[in-house]
Amino acid sequence: MPASIDPFARPDRRTILKSLAIGAAGVAGIPLLAACTGGTGPGGGPAASSGLTFGSSASDEVPKNAYKAVTDAFEKKTGKKVATNVVPHNDFQNKINSYLQGSPDDTFTWFAGYRMQFYAGKGLLAPIDDVWEKIGGNYSDALKKASTGPDGKMYFVPNYNYPWGFFYRKSLWAEKGYEVPATFDALKTLSAKMKSDGLIPIGFADKDGWPAMGTFDYINMRLNGYQFHVDLCAHKESWDQKKVSDVFDTWKALLPFQDPGALGQTWQDAAKSLGSKKTGMYLLGSFVTQQFTDPAVLADIDFFPFPEIAVEGRDAVEAPIDGLLLSKKGGQNQAARDFMAFMGTAEAQNAYASVDASNIPTAKGADLSKFTPLNKKTADVIANAKHISQFFDRDALPAMANNVMIPALQSFIKDGTIDVKNLEAQAKALYAAQ
Amino acid sequence: MSITSQQTARASASRATGGPPRTGRGRVRRLTKRDRIVLSVMVGIPTLIQLVFVWLPTVMSIGLSFTRWNGLDLNDIKAAGTDNYQFIAQDYPPFWPAMQHNLLWLVFLALVATPLGLLLAVLLDQNIRGSKIYQSIFFAPVMLSLALVGIIWQLFYQRDNGLLNFLLGTAGTPQAVDWFGDSSVNIWAAMVAATWRHAGYVMLLYLAGLKGVDPSLREAASIDGANAFQTFFSVVFPALRPVNIVIVVITIIESLRAFDVVYVINRGTNGLELLSALVIQNLVGEGQVIGVGSALAVVLLFISLVPIVFYLSRTFGKENKA
Repeated sequence: MPASIDPFARPDRRTILKSLAIGAAGVAGIPLLAACTGGTGPGGGPAASSGLTFGSSASDEVPKNAYKAVTDAFEKKTGKKVATNVVPHNDFQNKINSYLQGSPDDTFTWFAGYRMQFYAGKGLLAPIDDVWEKIGGNYSDALKKASTGPDGKMYFVPNYNYPWGFFYRKSLWAEKGYEVPATFDALKTLSAKMKSDGLIPIGFADKDGWPAMGTFDYINMRLNGYQFHVDLCAHKESWDQKKVSDVFDTWKALLPFQDPGALGQTWQDAAKSLGSKKTGMYLLGSFVTQQFTDPAVLADIDFFPFPEIAVEGRDAVEAPIDGLLLSKKGGQNQAARDFMAFMGTAEAQNAYASVDASNIPTAKGADLSKFTPLNKKTADVIANAKHISQFFDRDALPAMANNVMIPALQSFIKDGTIDVKNLEAQAKALYAAQ
Repeated sequence: MSITSQQTARASASRATGGPPRTGRGRVRRLTKRDRIVLSVMVGIPTLIQLVFVWLPTVMSIGLSFTRWNGLDLNDIKAAGTDNYQFIAQDYPPFWPAMQHNLLWLVFLALVATPLGLLLAVLLDQNIRGSKIYQSIFFAPVMLSLALVGIIWQLFYQRDNGLLNFLLGTAGTPQAVDWFGDSSVNIWAAMVAATWRHAGYVMLLYLAGLKGVDPSLREAASIDGANAFQTFFSVVFPALRPVNIVIVVITIIESLRAFDVVYVINRGTNGLELLSALVIQNLVGEGQVIGVGSALAVVLLFISLVPIVFYLSRTFGKENKA
């Protein structure tokens, strides 16, 4: 036997070595990932004095062109060049840490909330109080508050936002005689009625993990108030307390009415069943309307804010704000400051909205005349809100939102149980690492 | 066998046959200066690459797993002792399910996917017509990109209009199985998808091995009156021993690295937790928690070391004896 093995020992050994190399490369990849997760990040050239660089995560066609309209308008007005670096939005968000520490662009697109305050607190952003002296009058107090850093200085210039609320088809509701619920009890009654009519009362999708945070945020704010939401997200309040378990207890009453297939579908899937009248209503951001390509369906969509439960009525609205930040390096470039100030005017926001009409401009005096009735309604809700929250994953530590809340909410949706003690234990460890 | 031992062997051989006498310095120099430079470059560069890209990150990961760090300023690194390990073992709910799923994955690959690959290889080794075409078809999944794999399996598994529910006659009804969303079935759905890739890989390796089996062995077996099963299990399969060891190691490593399929389904949440997906979740992106992610990576590293060490000691141990 041994003699007969010899002739083909060679090719075998080669196979072995090759597969060993493949295996080793794979295993080597694991620690590699651990130690260099950053990569180079979205690139940015040096700031030219006659112009500025602008890092944009608006990589989809419509928003990309919308920002181009803004930069074109700025170039025309001031004669300063804007060099735009567009980076796919997932990459941009994933690499933001290394981006800000490397050579960031002078200005870049980002979000309000904890996600902005965190980087402001680390000194990676330039304060823009001088810019706000010029544009402050264009914004409501709620927006000004959302643009303020942890040190009380201004950092953020809001461009647009979009509210979260219940969307529904008017024709379906008229046909069945449903009425907009003002209170949580009315919402439950309505849902029960829809269920007996053979509908899925509340559309719901959580395969991606984040959409369920919207339900959590609203119940939390309606039960405990806006300030509690902010403090809980910043971990100034403990998760292990009655106020938090009350949120989940209240939610439990709503769970039987939410789409039972939530964990297997994306928000686009759930939007489809709202469009085809299988779902009675759907709690999501107004970006849901992007899914209704048929103009007849789109015109049939209406909106109502989350009903009141206990405190503050419907004063708070969840309306994530997108806008611009100035990097530390960009702080020395006057042209970049001018661009920030320009973004805070109705003129720039009109230029943006003329291309991308799915969001609501934030500056006062922006032209709403071309808006659909639905957009006017959502704009009204935001304008009348006393507090604007930013959605859990923007108001809280990203690790808390992604690593803790997503699995916790998914298991809550599955069986209606939640371990607030464990949430607190995880929050403690993660916030301590920052 | 290493270069030096070959040299000494050759050197002693030449001494025995009366080769050139030793030079005054007491060592035979057979390599010219140029040879030595070439050799050191050839050995040095891979070693350097290995050091920089494998050992340095590994050591850094191990170091970082004992710290708390937000990934921003190096001054922010704080020692944390074994807190991160305590955290993943006690407070991090996805960790233990991930360990179980990795184990389940291993068992499934070992009992289903690998034997399936072997079966395919044996069948395709029979000189049937169109064998090359079948080989390409079965191997194709190994080469497909992540995104494509996601789309293909989406077509099978969709709840409302996927092929599987259509075949079961439940498409569009409330009884439709939610293959991706139901946490009691989605791990099986994912493992079937993984099998689809793994079997092709195993098939290719076994095919290569089978081509190397001396045909005279089979002839001898058939002369001795062995039937096809006996020939395969008593003669051919034992002769494939070197390949078998590779396959065992690959199966174990694949089950530890299992990542792509669950990542395209739902990023490894809701019943699809796997160690590799947790490592990514904690190390990449905004949700970065470097200490915890590194600790998870180190756990994965040490589990991976077991089969690798086993494999290396088997192969090289055997060679030294030979």
